[in-house]
Amino acid sequence: MAERYEIRFSGAGGQGLITAGIILAEAASIVEGKHAVQSQSYGPEARGGASKSEVIIGDAPIDYPKATVVDACLAMTQEAADKYANGIKSGGMLLLDSDFAPNAPEGDFKVYYLPIMRLAKTEIGREIVANVIALGAMIAMTGVVSREAGEKAVLAKVPEAFVDLNKKAYALGFEKAAELLA
Amino acid sequence: MAYDYEKSIRPGKLPHIWCPGCGHGIVMKGLIRAMDTCGLEKNNTAIVSGIGCASRLPGYMDFCTLHTAHGRAAAFATGVKMAKPEMNVIVCGGDGDGTAIGGNHFIHACRRNIDMTYVLLNNHIYGMTGGQFSPCTPTGAKASTTPYGNPDPIFDISKLAIGAGATFVARTTAFHATQIDKLIAEGIKHKGMSVIEVVDDCPTTYGRRNKFRSVVDMMKVLKDTAVPVAAASKMTAEQLEGKILTGVLYQEDKPEYCAQYKQVIARAQG
Amino acid sequence: MAKKVALLQGNTACALGAVYAGCTFFGGYPITPSTEVAEVMSEELPKVGGKFIQMEDEIAAMASVIGASLTGAKTLTATSGPGVSLKQELIGYACIAETPCVIINVMRGGPSTGMPTGPGQSDVMQARWGTHGDHAAIAVAPASCQEIFSETVRAFNLAEKYRMPVQVLYDEIVGHMRERIEFPEPGELEVIDRAAPTCSPEDYKPYDAKSDTDVPPLAAFGSEYRFHVTGLNKAADGFPTTKASLVDFEERRQIAKVECPEARADIESNEEYLCDDADVIILAYGSTSRSARYAVNELRAEGIKAGLFRPITLWPFPEKRVAELGKQVKAIVLPEMNLGQMIFEVERIVKNDCKLAGVHRVDGEPINPGQIIDQVKEVI
Repeated sequence: MAERYEIRFSGAGGQGLITAGIILAEAASIVEGKHAVQSQSYGPEARGGASKSEVIIGDAPIDYPKATVVDACLAMTQEAADKYANGIKSGGMLLLDSDFAPNAPEGDFKVYYLPIMRLAKTEIGREIVANVIALGAMIAMTGVVSREAGEKAVLAKVPEAFVDLNKKAYALGFEKAAELLA
Repeated sequence: MAYDYEKSIRPGKLPHIWCPGCGHGIVMKGLIRAMDTCGLEKNNTAIVSGIGCASRLPGYMDFCTLHTAHGRAAAFATGVKMAKPEMNVIVCGGDGDGTAIGGNHFIHACRRNIDMTYVLLNNHIYGMTGGQFSPCTPTGAKASTTPYGNPDPIFDISKLAIGAGATFVARTTAFHATQIDKLIAEGIKHKGMSVIEVVDDCPTTYGRRNKFRSVVDMMKVLKDTAVPVAAASKMTAEQLEGKILTGVLYQEDKPEYCAQYKQVIARAQG
Repeated sequence: MAKKVALLQGNTACALGAVYAGCTFFGGYPITPSTEVAEVMSEELPKVGGKFIQMEDEIAAMASVIGASLTGAKTLTATSGPGVSLKQELIGYACIAETPCVIINVMRGGPSTGMPTGPGQSDVMQARWGTHGDHAAIAVAPASCQEIFSETVRAFNLAEKYRMPVQVLYDEIVGHMRERIEFPEPGELEVIDRAAPTCSPEDYKPYDAKSDTDVPPLAAFGSEYRFHVTGLNKAADGFPTTKASLVDFEERRQIAKVECPEARADIESNEEYLCDDADVIILAYGSTSRSARYAVNELRAEGIKAGLFRPITLWPFPEKRVAELGKQVKAIVLPEMNLGQMIFEVERIVKNDCKLAGVHRVDGEPINPGQIIDQVKEVI
């Protein structure tokens, strides 16, 4: 059986987590030449509600495109944590926003907290980049793609005027998560 | 010398299916004269219809002809016109086809102001299926599905077209044969959505049920109820009660849909 | 030179495949989960001088693509189950008037509004029998973003070659997921254009079949050929007829042109994975086949000889090959995101040659590999 690595990003609709999943899939499949599939599910709301985005990464073509057992999960809100922080494999990991998702569900996996939204507001000055901070953190914690590949994919996605902002956000997330692991 | 209609008719396709006394033939002749006046080329002109007696008209005409499904003529015609804007597009059909099952397509073709000429033959009834009431059957009238008199109010097709955004709207009747081709020709020349409502008679399924003794009686009603718009402006509301206004009811210059889309292409191609 | 690659959503791949195939007209109406096809077409078509129109409803969208096709354009519409239900009368019109067009159906559940953002495979039978009257149907069911691109191109080819509507069925999962796509170079995938008439305009008859399986060439409105099109039963010249022998010939020809052995060999397309020595076949299509492939690999690792048979062309159904497989294997397991549609077609073909068991799901969640594995173990 080919190895597959499964990552789930979850949070409120409009937080950019589907975009975070897309960027990770681009980093894996376009930048690094691996195989990747990104999918999502969301409610009828255009904003709000709980949404999730899943990325499956492997060395061989991905057959089943949805998560089976999740290696790593992110939840940016408590609603998302309650709804989507499940199916995480034994020994897997869960990253929560310490302000908006304070309560981790029960399970045999490692739980980490980062004040992602607060970091976006205070350190970068723009809440809109919270998803890029989260992406940097998830890449640091999983190592599923290299730091450089992640950054390249982020920068390819954003307009010229926002390159520096996103570069800073990505680095911040990556480093804060690395500190957690250290 | 008599006008040669045969040059526009497909060889071998006559006689038509319309009943004796039906006004559709008068309208078809008017359409032929109008298309001729405007010099429409046969290969470059599509005549599109839906379903019903009036929608059989294109089959007799020696042009690119498209007899579609019930109510859908305007939507098919929109596809033809958008894909090949250089073609002339004529739509024809009845009141039930155009304003009941096809009402949505009719109003949206008007709204887009797409360059086509819609000749709507309003004989107040579903003739082909045997005389059921349509949105244009007068209140109180008898139809096969209103045996106690029609409880429904009617559509004023021309007002509907104007309200929906058509930029040339005219009305006449099957009695006013020479006005038919004049108005259709003006509609063809107009750049945008033109609607020409021709109030028509159905002696077989409407006249018979509603105490008209003959086709002549029905034609007399068409003659007597028609009031040219110029004359109407000098008449009181009371005098206009039960009358229908004829002539060009509305005309304005507004951007045409295919021309607008041409600009979309120009913008996309930078 | 390295090929151009991108991470694309299935619906985007579909639209780009259509443009590759030479589509120049899209008539549509917004509906989840197909709307991205329309959005991408609205952006891409005008770039190549094509036309995009958002019509007032699903029926009008279907009408517009038939009208545009009659001017010679390759035309597309995209919708989901409820929209296909609305389009059915005019799909029948395109069948009888033999007008090429491609219909994308990004399937969700149902009936009615159902679960718009959830996946389903509920339209397999609608694609075959949705419009009234006897008619042929061609439907293809891609299972990946790359295949959505190439099958959309093939759908246009089949529509033009067989002069009829062709449906592309995929579900919300592949429609909305993103995968890496390698863009084929121009000329790399076959693109079939509509055959033009060779006779003089005076002699042209739009349904002048040379045999009872023939597909006569379709001229374009606005060319030097002038003809009549109707949804009524018609004779070779395109004009309505009620003459029994002519009606019968035309009805049968329009089915035989797709179902004769030569046409079937041309239209049918299947993928077989580890079928040769299989004791049990998982017969699956679309996104469900991806779960099935995962299941096959798991089962093989456990020593169970499982294989995957995946019809890429759903209609006409690969009757001959399925009959052969039915004689070879002990059991066929058929997962589908409905409560039983294709399974009855397979039952009709394999009869009692092997066991047949379905895996069905209509709760808006995909069928996962574990469900298929459990069912395989249950039947063998």
